[in-house]
Amino acid sequence: MSISLPTPNIAHLTEEDYEHVYEPAEDSFILLDALELDAQLIRDDQPTICVEIGSGSGIASTFLSQLVGPSSSLIISTDINRYACEVTLRTAQANEISLNPILCHLLDPLLHRLKSNIDILVFNPPYVPTGMTELMDTQNQRDIGGAWAGGQDGMIITDVILDKLPELLSPIGKMYLVTVIQNKPLEITRKMESKGLVCKEIIKRRAGRELLSVLRISRI
Amino acid sequence: MVRLITHNMLACHVKNCTKDNFPLSFSEVELVIRPAPENLEFIQRFLPKLDWPALVDTARSLGDESLPEQMPDQWTEDQLKALHHVLMELHVEEGNMTCRGCGHVYPISNGIPNMLLAEHEVGR
Repeated sequence: MSISLPTPNIAHLTEEDYEHVYEPAEDSFILLDALELDAQLIRDDQPTICVEIGSGSGIASTFLSQLVGPSSSLIISTDINRYACEVTLRTAQANEISLNPILCHLLDPLLHRLKSNIDILVFNPPYVPTGMTELMDTQNQRDIGGAWAGGQDGMIITDVILDKLPELLSPIGKMYLVTVIQNKPLEITRKMESKGLVCKEIIKRRAGRELLSVLRISRI
Repeated sequence: MVRLITHNMLACHVKNCTKDNFPLSFSEVELVIRPAPENLEFIQRFLPKLDWPALVDTARSLGDESLPEQMPDQWTEDQLKALHHVLMELHVEEGNMTCRGCGHVYPISNGIPNMLLAEHEVGR
């Protein structure tokens, strides 16, 4: 059974916006395609709390909102970049849905309350392998560079979340994570399985020089 | 916009701040009421995720007295509608959220809560 959903409208975003916020590209679209592949599964679960880390343009949060249906889930979108939070809000308005952007690092202010409470977690992380200096600089600048620089194996930021994932997911919880081959998805899978989670690559595609995939990590 | 459903999920995360770090108290708020499509099935499904005393206190601090002190065991449709209004329709556009434990102030501007901390305040 396959469900087809329209791509969110982002025509309101300008060149100027894209100087500060990551413009949706192949990695954004493979994430939407992964969510669409799982649309029936996600709907059947009736997720109550969904969180996207690093929402950028807001395209994935908006897509998720449209997928689960309006007013049927709380969708929280975090970003370390103020401009991204504002753009996420504008993308929600342009698509007539409701998002809740929070300016913060990863999930920091939410960890206290969202333990074992996240039903869907979406993360298209800064996955490009870079030196540690570039990673630290781009995170501190809280601007567009933070959208890609990922440090060693492109995994420094992602690992912070993966280490906490077992305590974050609800009993029906699922995480959708964008990876490139340099992130060593097989190692991620082994690591998550050692924590008692199930990890499955649900879509894989080459885009230019990048071999992209989306992993679904869940309790069951 | 910071709706109360979102506010109920936010805690202070300053290093070593573990006492009274939730809920954050609102001050100097610009409150806007915007009708939201009603989905009472969702509101009901959300009940176990709520910290009820925090929600009641916060709603009252904003002048909304519609919620009962104790979370009802059995909900009437009118009670669920009142809860929908409090959770989904009250928007704090501008203002501050202050930690009752350590006093840290998190500002809200243009409807976006700024929960970033300076490097020396971070507990990670």
